[in-house]
Amino acid sequence: MSDLTSIIREQSATEQIAAIKSGALDARELFEAYRSRAAADTFNAFTWVADEAPAALPAADTPLAGLPVAVKDLFSTEGVPTQAGSKLLEGYRPPYTSTAVAKLEAAGASMHGKTNQDEFAMGSSNENSAFGPCQNPWDPERIPGGSSGGSAAAVAAGHAPWALGTDTGGSIRQPAAMCGLVGLKPTYGAVSRYGMIAFASSLDQAGPITRTVADAALMLEHLHGADSRDMTSVGLREPIAVPSRESLEGLVIGVPAELTGEGVEEGVAAAFQVALAEAEALGASLETIHLPHAEAALSAYYVLAPAEASSNLSRFDGVRYGNRVEDADGTLLGMYTRTRHDGFGPEVKRRIMLGTYALSAGYYDAYYGTAQRVRTKIAGDFTEAFKKVDVIATPTSPTVAWKLGEKSSDPLAMYLSDICTIPMSLAGIPGISIPCGTSQGMPVGLQLAAPAFGENLLLGVAHALERTLGFDTGGAIR
Amino acid sequence: MIDAKQVLHVARLSRLELEPGEVEQMATELSSILGHIEQISKLDLDGVEPTMHVVPIDGGLRDDEPEPSLPIEVALSQAPKANAEGFIVPSPQA
Repeated sequence: MSDLTSIIREQSATEQIAAIKSGALDARELFEAYRSRAAADTFNAFTWVADEAPAALPAADTPLAGLPVAVKDLFSTEGVPTQAGSKLLEGYRPPYTSTAVAKLEAAGASMHGKTNQDEFAMGSSNENSAFGPCQNPWDPERIPGGSSGGSAAAVAAGHAPWALGTDTGGSIRQPAAMCGLVGLKPTYGAVSRYGMIAFASSLDQAGPITRTVADAALMLEHLHGADSRDMTSVGLREPIAVPSRESLEGLVIGVPAELTGEGVEEGVAAAFQVALAEAEALGASLETIHLPHAEAALSAYYVLAPAEASSNLSRFDGVRYGNRVEDADGTLLGMYTRTRHDGFGPEVKRRIMLGTYALSAGYYDAYYGTAQRVRTKIAGDFTEAFKKVDVIATPTSPTVAWKLGEKSSDPLAMYLSDICTIPMSLAGIPGISIPCGTSQGMPVGLQLAAPAFGENLLLGVAHALERTLGFDTGGAIR
Repeated sequence: MIDAKQVLHVARLSRLELEPGEVEQMATELSSILGHIEQISKLDLDGVEPTMHVVPIDGGLRDDEPEPSLPIEVALSQAPKANAEGFIVPSPQA
């Protein structure tokens, strides 16, 4: 094992940045090491890899010191293919860069690859990608999770030190859990959505997928902020601190009965119980709580997200970007429908249909209006819970990563796998997944959630637990 | 729940074209998903306000000051068909 490979295996992004700053590590050699690993990736984690390092890497005295970052293909990147897992956008090179990527670059990160994903972020397995499914580095016969599957696989394989993902109903937290990594979905509004191809605008948030909680904190510190180009972005209210918490003395952790019982795989439940016991050993007290609308939240999500998607995806019409397919009869309507027929995969069509139906005359109030009221109820459930507890803990996913193809013929079964992450998305509160053991030899994720803008609390608790759980996030790096 | 006729109607609204074999499959899949979703109609939601956005948004608009924007040729560069002035589409009257 060369020195660089052992550094890639053993050091977090934070440690690598420190090594570059101290002169112990050369940023250009490190970039090239990650770039060549990404170029040789066999998990189909990448949809684009840089040909070479930029002529001038950001200087060692920038906060991120030129460290490479892998970026989910949902983010617009000027001049670099941005295809969002869709055949419709094959070859599209945006004329501008998303705010999230621009902020990371301004802080000294250097993008070395774009990562595979479910088409327009719709999916929980990365199997809905026009560029083929991505494999889980822990077991290539299994999915990496989704929709940010490529970002998680890239980091788990050591083909990126960290990655940028997006989360609408769990798309950062669930793949991070399934690949043995840390995944943070910030409070809605913390990070600008400008230039992030829209799926469900009232839910979409960008966030980090990393090896450690400290790495997630570092990336978030350079991502968040209000942006005049996204009127829903408000930034965070305080700077993100380097997490250093070791004790959980005095902390009350709520364990929702609705998300921790029936339907959770035995090995996942066991790993979750171990994590709770570790939290108690660090001084936390546990309290059973109730989120009475958690199950209804899943249904509400599968109205709201497709409804917003059906509207957002109307922009893909073969006029301004992407592929166009002309119709034989030469009409405009024919061009629209042929383009969308050819360009969209089955899951995207299904969600556009579902959303259009839910928004159509006569059904709007029964579906969309009702789902928005359920959203109020689930947000209220969390407000009540946080009167009694500081943070909430659940498994991130009821199962570990499943075998490729296992759920792809049953869309509803795939949707039900998001049950633990969706309630937080609807409430707009931050959630983090950290690895807490294995089941069937595959990583299990522990999800922690905090009140809106409680990122520092969340990261501190996650850091204390990460220390005591001691999971090797480099376990799949070869 | 949702039949082939409704599927074709929604497909038209969505500007999607479905192959004959896809219509029945879509009807079955959408019915199964809607069957699960409809549990929310059983909840008592009288008097509950809908939530559209979870963060308070002040609706703040930027000052109406011109800012640099993309040059026309750059904005048009990714279009499947364009001339020097705009996007080219088939005639709606064709």
